[in-house]
Amino acid sequence: MSVALEISGLAKTYPNGQRALGGIDLTVPAGEILAIVGGSGCGKSTLLRLIAGLETPSAGLVRVGGDLVGGPHPAVGLVFQEPRLLPWLSVADNVGFGLAALAAGERAARVGTALERVGLTAHANAWPRELSGGQAQRAALARALVTRPQVLLLDEPFSALDALTRTTLQDHLLELWAFERPTLVLVTHDIEEALVLADRVVTLRPRPGRVDDIQAVVLSRPRDRDSHNFEVHKRRLRAALNQSLAPDTLASDSLTAAAL
Amino acid sequence: MSRALSGRALRRGLVPWLLPLALLLGWEVAAKAGWLSARVLPAPSDIAVAFWTTLKDGSLPHHVSISAERAFLGLVIGGGLGFALGLINGALPVAEDILDSSLQMLRNVPHLAIIPMVILWFGIGEEAKVFLVAVGVLFPMYLNTFHGIRSVDRGLVEMGRVYGLGPVALYLRVILPGALPAILVGLRYALGIMWLTLIVAETISASSGIGYMTMNAREFLQTDMVLLGIIVYALLGKLADIASRWLERRALDWNPAYRTGLEAA
Ligand SMILES: Nc1ncnc2c1ncn2[C@@H]1O[C@H](COP(=O)(O)OP(=O)(O)OP(=O)(O)O)[C@@H](O)[C@H]1O
Ligand SMILES: [Mg+2]
Repeated sequence: MSVALEISGLAKTYPNGQRALGGIDLTVPAGEILAIVGGSGCGKSTLLRLIAGLETPSAGLVRVGGDLVGGPHPAVGLVFQEPRLLPWLSVADNVGFGLAALAAGERAARVGTALERVGLTAHANAWPRELSGGQAQRAALARALVTRPQVLLLDEPFSALDALTRTTLQDHLLELWAFERPTLVLVTHDIEEALVLADRVVTLRPRPGRVDDIQAVVLSRPRDRDSHNFEVHKRRLRAALNQSLAPDTLASDSLTAAAL
Repeated sequence: MSRALSGRALRRGLVPWLLPLALLLGWEVAAKAGWLSARVLPAPSDIAVAFWTTLKDGSLPHHVSISAERAFLGLVIGGGLGFALGLINGALPVAEDILDSSLQMLRNVPHLAIIPMVILWFGIGEEAKVFLVAVGVLFPMYLNTFHGIRSVDRGLVEMGRVYGLGPVALYLRVILPGALPAILVGLRYALGIMWLTLIVAETISASSGIGYMTMNAREFLQTDMVLLGIIVYALLGKLADIASRWLERRALDWNPAYRTGLEAA
């Protein structure tokens, strides 16, 4: 299986001295859905922003389909926690935002298909403000997917939505993923969301962010949130998450050693 | 039922006009009966006659077109400059460091206060009026453009970058449209200041234009002409306001709350 995303020795120290990430190594095969969980401030968003080329690494590198990432890459999409639709464009024009290089006819066709897939055909000419939160986030998903990215990054994409809309959109994301099977890297703080969607779940440990644990989710799709096996996975992942949040004994030991 | 309703709607539409009409009528009667001296207030019919005669002899269109030309030139020069400065300072922090504090300092000088200087520089020629209008409209355009560009949602700019937009595309497709509501607010304020400045400038020193027409009429105690001038100013101001609102509605269809942004300069 080909490698979609390769991260090695990736570290980020912000100009203010904040060590957000301290050496991340991850290899993500094409078509995989990878979830990243971890406590608040452990560097999840920083990791995605580095992959998206919005920040430059302090050390290490990111490769997408073999290309070294040194800025926003056309094969990488990013969906944020908020939809970030342009309020002065119709829903259809927002979805076609990344297709400016295409001829109008081709763009319209691709946008039409994308809107149909996210169930927003009836809202093609609406303004973004006329959409509900869930609809707006679906439009954002359509905008990201319509450019056919090899890697789609999602930073807590459903966390601003109510529980019911969230589960609907999780299932919906899987349906969308099934069309072209891009590689998904999903940041979430919702254990259940990680387990419903992902093939593997990475747990990060904070200050600086490092990979603490990687768990494979060996559940066939579609996944039943109420099954016994799902519960077992949940317990296992929650344990790993708690472990990552526990005081960092190794680091504090080395700190004491350095102080001596 | 529907007839009763439409009757009520008709009455509703008419009622607000009753008082002004009654006042106008009373005024006319009072003036014609000699209770109101023509030196204080001419009869409305006299104003209408003045309007008609000046329209026929071409002097009214002449003065109005000269005033409109000054207003327009001043707006294009000053507004264009303010817009350009706002764009540059909004986009380049270096330019902001160099220019913004100086502009903020100049902004505190009421532009009408420099009229004596302007007369010394330009005499009472066209340049003086155009210059004053340009100075007056520059700051509301600058401030609102700058503010508009700076307050564009950073999240949208970041989204644009994810889609590979370079600086120019980012400016054209995200930043400028995002700043448009504030820019149009600036334009509306600029239009108000434009007329006000022109009225003052033309009243103080001019040999043509509506302001000159009224001041000239004052010397000959032609109060009907003075009032006509005032009414024409009011109508032109209203026209400019309607035009800018129309522009806002056309350009900002998407924005339910486009009446935001900085207040006047
Ligand atoms: N632009 C920045 N400048 C300086 N420090 C930053 C910046 N962005 C993030 N940080 C710091 O880096 C660390 C990681 O931040 P990041 O946003 O990646 O965390 P996160 O895991 O996404 O958190 P959350 O779950 O709350 O979203 C935090 O300690 C944060 O304070
Ligand atoms: Mg985050």
